[in-house]
Amino acid sequence: MKTAALAAQLLEIAVALAAAPLFLGWLNQCRAWLSNRRAPSLLLPFRQLRKLFHKDAVLARNASPLFRAAPYVVFGTMVVAAGIIPSLSARLPLVAAADAVALVGLFATARVFLSLAAMDVGTAFGTLGARREMMVGFLAEPALLMVIFVASLISATTALPAISEHLATRTLTIDPALAFTAVAFTLVLLAENARIPVDNPATHLELTMIHEAMLLEYSARHLALMEWASQLRLFNYACIGFALFIPWGIATREIGPAGLALAVPILALKLAAAGAGLALIETVSAKLRILRAPEFLATAFLFAVLGMLVRGLLGAPPSP
Amino acid sequence: MTDPLLPSAAIHVAIDRQLLDACAALQLLIAFAMLAQRRIVSLVNLLAAQGAVLAAATLLLAWRTGQGHLYVSGVLTLALKVAFLPWLLHRLIDRLEVRFDAEPALNVSGNLLAGLLVVVFAFGLAQPITHLASTAMRNAIGIALGVVLLAFLMMITRRKAISQVIGFLSMENGLFFGAMSATYGMPMVVELGVALDVLVAMLVLGVFFFQIREQFDSLDLHHLESLGERR
Amino acid sequence: MISSVSSPLAACLALLAAWLAVGVAGLVRPRDVRYAGRALFLVGALIGAALAVIAARALLAGTTESLVLPVGLPDLPFHTRLDALSSAFLVLLGAASAGVSIFSAGYFRGGETLASGAGTAPGLLGLQYHVFLASMGLVLLADDAYAFMVAWELMALSSYFLVVTQHRIPEIRGAGFLYLLMAHVGAISILLAFGILQGGSWQFTFDAMRTAHLSPAWAAAAFLLALVGFGAKAGLVPFHVWLPEAHPAAPSPASALLSGVMLKTAVYGLLRVAFDLLKDPVWWWGLVPLAAGLLTALYGAVFAAVQTDMKRLLAYSSIENVGLIFAGIGLAIIFLGTGSPALAALALGATLYHCLNHAVMKSLLFLSTGSVLHATGERNLGRLGGLIHRMPSVAVLSLVGALALAGLPPLNGFVSEWLLLQSFLFGGRIPRPFVDLLIPMGAAVVALAAALAGYVMVKFYGVIFLGQPREPSLAHAHDCGILERVGLGLLALACVLLGLAPVQVIAALSPVTRLLAGSALAQHGATWWLLAPVPMRTVSYGPLAVLLVGGIVIALTVLMVRLFYHGRVRRARAWDCGFGALTPRMQDTAEGFGQPIRNIFQSFFRIERELPTPTDRQPRYRIEIADRLWRGLYEPLGRAVEWLADAVAIVQRGRLSTYLLYSFVTLTLLLALVLAA
Repeated sequence: MKTAALAAQLLEIAVALAAAPLFLGWLNQCRAWLSNRRAPSLLLPFRQLRKLFHKDAVLARNASPLFRAAPYVVFGTMVVAAGIIPSLSARLPLVAAADAVALVGLFATARVFLSLAAMDVGTAFGTLGARREMMVGFLAEPALLMVIFVASLISATTALPAISEHLATRTLTIDPALAFTAVAFTLVLLAENARIPVDNPATHLELTMIHEAMLLEYSARHLALMEWASQLRLFNYACIGFALFIPWGIATREIGPAGLALAVPILALKLAAAGAGLALIETVSAKLRILRAPEFLATAFLFAVLGMLVRGLLGAPPSP
Repeated sequence: MTDPLLPSAAIHVAIDRQLLDACAALQLLIAFAMLAQRRIVSLVNLLAAQGAVLAAATLLLAWRTGQGHLYVSGVLTLALKVAFLPWLLHRLIDRLEVRFDAEPALNVSGNLLAGLLVVVFAFGLAQPITHLASTAMRNAIGIALGVVLLAFLMMITRRKAISQVIGFLSMENGLFFGAMSATYGMPMVVELGVALDVLVAMLVLGVFFFQIREQFDSLDLHHLESLGERR
Repeated sequence: MISSVSSPLAACLALLAAWLAVGVAGLVRPRDVRYAGRALFLVGALIGAALAVIAARALLAGTTESLVLPVGLPDLPFHTRLDALSSAFLVLLGAASAGVSIFSAGYFRGGETLASGAGTAPGLLGLQYHVFLASMGLVLLADDAYAFMVAWELMALSSYFLVVTQHRIPEIRGAGFLYLLMAHVGAISILLAFGILQGGSWQFTFDAMRTAHLSPAWAAAAFLLALVGFGAKAGLVPFHVWLPEAHPAAPSPASALLSGVMLKTAVYGLLRVAFDLLKDPVWWWGLVPLAAGLLTALYGAVFAAVQTDMKRLLAYSSIENVGLIFAGIGLAIIFLGTGSPALAALALGATLYHCLNHAVMKSLLFLSTGSVLHATGERNLGRLGGLIHRMPSVAVLSLVGALALAGLPPLNGFVSEWLLLQSFLFGGRIPRPFVDLLIPMGAAVVALAAALAGYVMVKFYGVIFLGQPREPSLAHAHDCGILERVGLGLLALACVLLGLAPVQVIAALSPVTRLLAGSALAQHGATWWLLAPVPMRTVSYGPLAVLLVGGIVIALTVLMVRLFYHGRVRRARAWDCGFGALTPRMQDTAEGFGQPIRNIFQSFFRIERELPTPTDRQPRYRIEIADRLWRGLYEPLGRAVEWLADAVAIVQRGRLSTYLLYSFVTLTLLLALVLAA
């Protein structure tokens, strides 16, 4: 493996680790501005992580080794996923190891470990959160896979970098199939990352929690790793969205320093726009009842399937 | 070549074809949204939106192919289906004081699933027709058929009379769209005749609804079943 | 010694005879547990391992051999044949049974079969077990219809006796009866299929069937009959009703064999008939197993999510996986019929891989439920919990199985699902009007079933092993013995290896797809650690790399956290949100965990609910979830059969003069016939 490729891969992972808390900080800032509140600092998530790492870990008496290992496993899968998703470059060495379907599988692994850890201590809210998380997950995963299928039907591959390259190099077209799947993907992103309207990340009422309920028992470095992992998950999803729908700006040919140097600010720009958009969606939506969450995800699934049908019927968008 | 990639600057001449396809896809989306919608006011707004997309597609097609009668048809659609009929329906709804629809026969997910199967059926049927037609929008014939069938499905699964009328109008939109994509529209006299028929039907149905409400004190069509034969 | 045998088929047959001998040896001292455990089952495990090795070598070498045994009818002796398909399934049989037998050696040392004398003696159990294994091997090797049906029947009977091991309990007797009934209904269908396949030559060897010419209508009839017969054995909806009754009723090692191996012999049968005996299947035949398979997959997953008995949950999960397998077979037939042998090879490869994976994953999980049952005496999920502290080795090994069954990378369940999804994606290229739109939607159903499998496994593992114990008696649970650990460990190791070495497994399965579909599974990337079997696409999967990178990341994280910060831990009570009095009963129950599925998929179930009213002195909540097909299909069918039987019973009057009248009428009719001829 060439050292340049390895260095680029490590750079991509490092950028992901650094940008994920920053992205969340930017999202919270936008939400505060839209709600006419004074915004917290952009670096607040970093400070929270640092604070958590310093603390002593407090574990329940009946917590098993699975409980202690789960944060590391979840964090590890998110980092591996960050290495696979083409956020900066499409020619990195790790991309051959996993395609988009395997990526969905990695997300599923993280979700399963998170749920198992929540069930480990055996409290009422932990198990409730695990059940709800698995419910949201088992509906969101097929919708996400359908989005990837539509993209792969267009690009004849399920490898995410190849899809990006194909979509970036073809001429600019209005593709209704991709438009539908973009809507579906946004809905899935909101559901999987515990944003409004599916879940309120800032709630403190245990009965309304989905994602937060699973973190109730964690403290200190374990909580820090879990928080970082969920920030990474949001970052990963945003990058998947960019790779599928806004693929321009990803370095594709050589992995030279010039290409990477240009790719980083483009990524920052995309993330800023995405953060603002997400904040807007969150501000204008109200949180759904848990009962309605399956309908929300069924809508996402429907959009994805519609995209596939429209693609199948209308065929490729016409070119001269 | 440059690295990283920047979007290709050549936005080519076929953009109108793409816009037409986008209009077709939007029609399908609106038809599904009508299937899943519960509030009658939103249904009327969606109907108006469907009419607007139809008018836009007609005018675009007129501009692309240069056929004069399509311009007239588009303006007529705009006046009738986007302005007049929705206004009429809103007035009717206000006077009848209906807001929500009762729960449809299947739950929302079942409805959507049935709609999906219907659309697949329509697409499968339309594939051989697509090969035979020669217009610029032949791909959209399947979508038009799908819209018609979805509107039909909507009529079947609703209980309030108003939503059935809206389904009927939506079906007519779909038929018009299908005719346009297959043969560049029907002869002008047919279009005018159909428009007149729809208008008269609306007025008659409006009177009819008041009678139903006076008789049964509700617009729920299940009450009409009491007029059937006793077994 | 074994490697010097030049004829793998003879060696396999000898091993099957050895199994029979081991079984008969169990009758020598039927009540002695230690003899049964140490001697019989361990020798059986060795035979299974040897069978797997010999079959694997035959598979890799690509041998095809036939042999005629001097057993059977005068002019129809047993024909046997070892080709790529048989070898692949023999590897499955040998490997899975080796692990299960080692476990059984430790399992049958005590426990529910002997505690109260209620049940079969262990020596007799050994006989039934090994006859079961031998008959499954003979099914895989049979090369004519007679040998096949004899072996099939033997398999059904021996497994029936295994199912009703605890025959004093009426529910188990009922389950066994239903099992036997469905097995024979399926056998009749298979027999009819063989009857059509011989195509007028009245030679019932498979070679004659391969060269017979059938008209399209008869070929379609044969295929559909075979599908019904083998589908009934495999648990395809709507013939699945026996599976959730019979598999939980059997002792756990028998359940493991039933779910893991016996269902795959049905798959083998269908593959043999559809691809080998009926050369050139027509494309539209594939729509039936595809649709039935997808429905079965969804059905099984949804029902598994609402179960409260851990073995029933696993039984429904088997139904789900069988559905996925049949969907893959249907897809392969469609591809082959529309002229894409390479894609058919991909779909078949995915199917065979899934058979192999499911055999080891499901056996592992059923065996671990056996350990849990042994330790706690409970099958109900509502009375388990927190067993990870009392039974750590069982918990770790069944975690591997649960993660594998949930289809998570880098374990084996994910690989076969990945391959299946890739082959579904090619469905858009089929040049038939509706099919090219519907097959990618089928991929959505596969994705939904896979996601539900994850849900089911979190429920299974979380309710049994995690959390707090829901019953005080669970404090006396003990971990399993050394033999059981070895058995579980071998199966878990198989799960891991099958997941990390997909390239090698695909290379091994390539001769089978070449035999069935005429195209080998090529590698379009040519590295030993990267799986890229998909033609016309640049997509690959390297589980070893994923595991390695993940492991490095986790290790680095642990290291850096310890280096820069610290690793201090303090123990305290669980967070109770200020309520104070949290009991283990406040955890989620199995019913509660299944509630979202019950809500979303209401139309699949027939639910009877009893809700408390505000004025109840002792409020009760009761819910009963039943299969709609039982009330809608099977009960009317049963009533119709009873009505028919009553109608026919008119013939039996009980009066002697009536019976003499029948004989008289028959005699006069025959005399009239003779005169007229």
